[in-house]
Amino acid sequence: MRRYVIKRIALMFLLLLGMSFIVFASLYIAPGDPATMVAGPSATEADIEIVRNSLGLDKPFLTQYLIYLKKLIHLDLGMSYSSRQPILNEILVRLPNTLNLACAAMILSVLVGIPAGILTALKKDTAVDNVVTTCSLVGISVPNFLLGTVLMYVFSVVLKWLPAGGMTHFFWTPVGFKEAILPAIALSTGTIASFTRIGRSAMLEVLQSDYIRTAKSKGLKQKAIIGVHALRNALIPLVTQFGTSFGGLLGGAIITEQVFVINGIGTYLIKGITNRDYPVVQSTVLVIAAMFIIINLLVDLLYCVIDPRIKYEE
Amino acid sequence: MEENVRNHPVRSAFGKLFKNKLATVCFFLLIIEIVLVILAPVIAPYGYDEADPSIKLRPGFWAQWTVSDDPESPRYSNNPKDFYEPGHLLGTDDLGRDVLSRLLYGGRVSLTVGFVSTLMGLSIGVVCGLLAAYYKRLDNIIMRVMDLLFAFPSILLAMLVIAMLGVNTFNTMLAISIWSVPSFARMVRGRALQVKEEDYIMATRSLGAKDSRILLHILKNCLPVIIVIATMRMATSIISISTLSYLGMGVTPPQPEWGGMIASAKSFMWERPSLIFVPGAAVMLTVICFNVLGDKLRDILDPSLKD
Repeated sequence: MRRYVIKRIALMFLLLLGMSFIVFASLYIAPGDPATMVAGPSATEADIEIVRNSLGLDKPFLTQYLIYLKKLIHLDLGMSYSSRQPILNEILVRLPNTLNLACAAMILSVLVGIPAGILTALKKDTAVDNVVTTCSLVGISVPNFLLGTVLMYVFSVVLKWLPAGGMTHFFWTPVGFKEAILPAIALSTGTIASFTRIGRSAMLEVLQSDYIRTAKSKGLKQKAIIGVHALRNALIPLVTQFGTSFGGLLGGAIITEQVFVINGIGTYLIKGITNRDYPVVQSTVLVIAAMFIIINLLVDLLYCVIDPRIKYEE
Repeated sequence: MEENVRNHPVRSAFGKLFKNKLATVCFFLLIIEIVLVILAPVIAPYGYDEADPSIKLRPGFWAQWTVSDDPESPRYSNNPKDFYEPGHLLGTDDLGRDVLSRLLYGGRVSLTVGFVSTLMGLSIGVVCGLLAAYYKRLDNIIMRVMDLLFAFPSILLAMLVIAMLGVNTFNTMLAISIWSVPSFARMVRGRALQVKEEDYIMATRSLGAKDSRILLHILKNCLPVIIVIATMRMATSIISISTLSYLGMGVTPPQPEWGGMIASAKSFMWERPSLIFVPGAAVMLTVICFNVLGDKLRDILDPSLKD
C-alpha cells in the first residue's frame, strides 16, 4: 500500500513536471517577442533590450525553463502582460466561480447519472433501458455550448424563469441555485451520460457475479441484494470515473463560462488567448491541468482504500 | 483462401451494420450530408458571403404557416421582416446572407476539419501505438508522452496549441488532431500487444520476415479497433471544431462554420432563434450519426472495447 502511494505521488510530480515543460516550451516557440509586448508599443530598441534582460529572456532555453520552474515552486506565476497584475491573484479571484460551476455540475451528474445507470441495469432490455440509453447518446452528442445556448433561449428568453447568465453566488444559496441550474445542466450532460453507461455496465457485471448468486440462494430479499451487496461493488468503477470526469468538467467549464458569461478561469484563459497574453494562457492551462492531475491522484488513492484488491495488482 | 477473403472482419461488419435499422439510417444520412456539402458550390442558392442588407434576419419557409398577412388572423403581422423571403429556404442572417448556403458551406468546413484532424491523429497515434507495442524499449517513452497529453482535460490542449500558433483553420486541425493522438495510441497498443502473441505472427517471424512486414500484419489486425475509434473521434472532432469556432478560436469569418454561425446568432436570439437552431441541429445530427455508427461498429467489430 505504502509503495503504491509513493509510486503514485512520484508519478504525479513527473506528470506535473512534464506538463510544465510542454506549457513552457509552447510559449517559447510561439511567434511574437514577449519583450516587445511587455515594453509596450512606444518602447525603443534599447528599452526592449532592457526588458528582455530583466525578464531573463536573453538566457538559453533550459536556463529560462529552470528559472520558470523555480518560480513555479514558489507559486509565482508571473505577471499578466495586459493587466500587469500577478497572475496568481487573478486566478485565485476567479477560481471559486469555476469550481462552483464544476461542483454543481458534478453533483447533478452523480444525482442523475448513477441512479440512471443502475435503473437501466436492473431493467435491462426494456423500454426504460432503451429510452435512457438513447438519452445518454444524445447527451454525449450535444456540444455543451449549443445546449447552453438553447437552454438559455428557452428558460431565460422565452419563459423568463431563470437568469440568462452570471454566477456570482455559490450554488447552495437560493440565488446561486437559480443561477446554477442552466449552466450546470449544459455542462453535465456528457458526464451524466458516461456515469449512466459505466454504472450500467458495472451493475450488470456485479449482478452476474458469484456472490450475488450466493446472496440470492441464501434467500435474501431483492432489495437487500441490490442495496447492500450489488450497489457497493458497482460503485467502485464509478469512483475512478469521478476523477476523469472532474477534469472533463473543468475543461468544459471554460466553454460554459463563455455561454453564460461567468467570470471564471475559463473566461480568463480565453481573454488571455485573444490578448496574446502568453503568461496568462500558460498559467491558467497549468492550473487547470494540475488540478486535474491532483484530483485523479486523490481518487486513485481513495480507490485503493475502497477496493483493497487493487494494491496487490501493482 | 476464397472463404477467408469473404469473411474479412471489416467487410462482413458492414453487412452486419446494415441489419441494424438505426445504424443504416445514420449511415445514409451521413452519406447524403457528405454529398450535399461536396456539391455545395453547385446546389447552394447563394455564395456563403453574399449579403443582401435589404433582407436581414428573415425567417425560413416555416413562416409561410406561422405568420399571416390577414388582419383577422391571430398570427397577423405587418412587419415585413416576419415574412418568408422566397429563395431563402432557411431564412437569412444578421447581414442578409442566406442561411442554407452558409449551412452547406459550413458543413464542408466542419466535415473536412473533422476528417483531416481525425486522419492526422490516427496516423500519428497508430504509428506510436504500434511502435510502443512492438519495441519494448520505446514503449515506456511513447506511452508516458501519451499519458502526458491525456492529462490535459478536454479541449484545453487544443486551446494551448491555438493560443501559441494563432487562430486559423489549419492550426485548429492540428490542435484537434493532437488531442486525438493518445486515444488512438492507447487502443492500438493494447490490441497490438494481443496480436503480437498470436501464433501467426510467431509463424511470420520464424519465417524470417522483416520487422516492417510483421508490423504490417499487426496493423491489419488492428484495423477493426482503428475503425471504431476513428468513427467516434470524428464525432468528438466535429464537436471540438464547432466549439472552438464558437469561442472564436477555430475557423475565422467570413468562412462559415456551424459553431461560428451559432456564436454570431447569439445576439439575435430573441429576434430569430432559428439562426441557432438550424446550425445546432446540423451539428447534433452529424455527431449523433457518427456516435451511433461508432457504437454499432464497436459492438460488431470489437465487443471488448465496450466501456
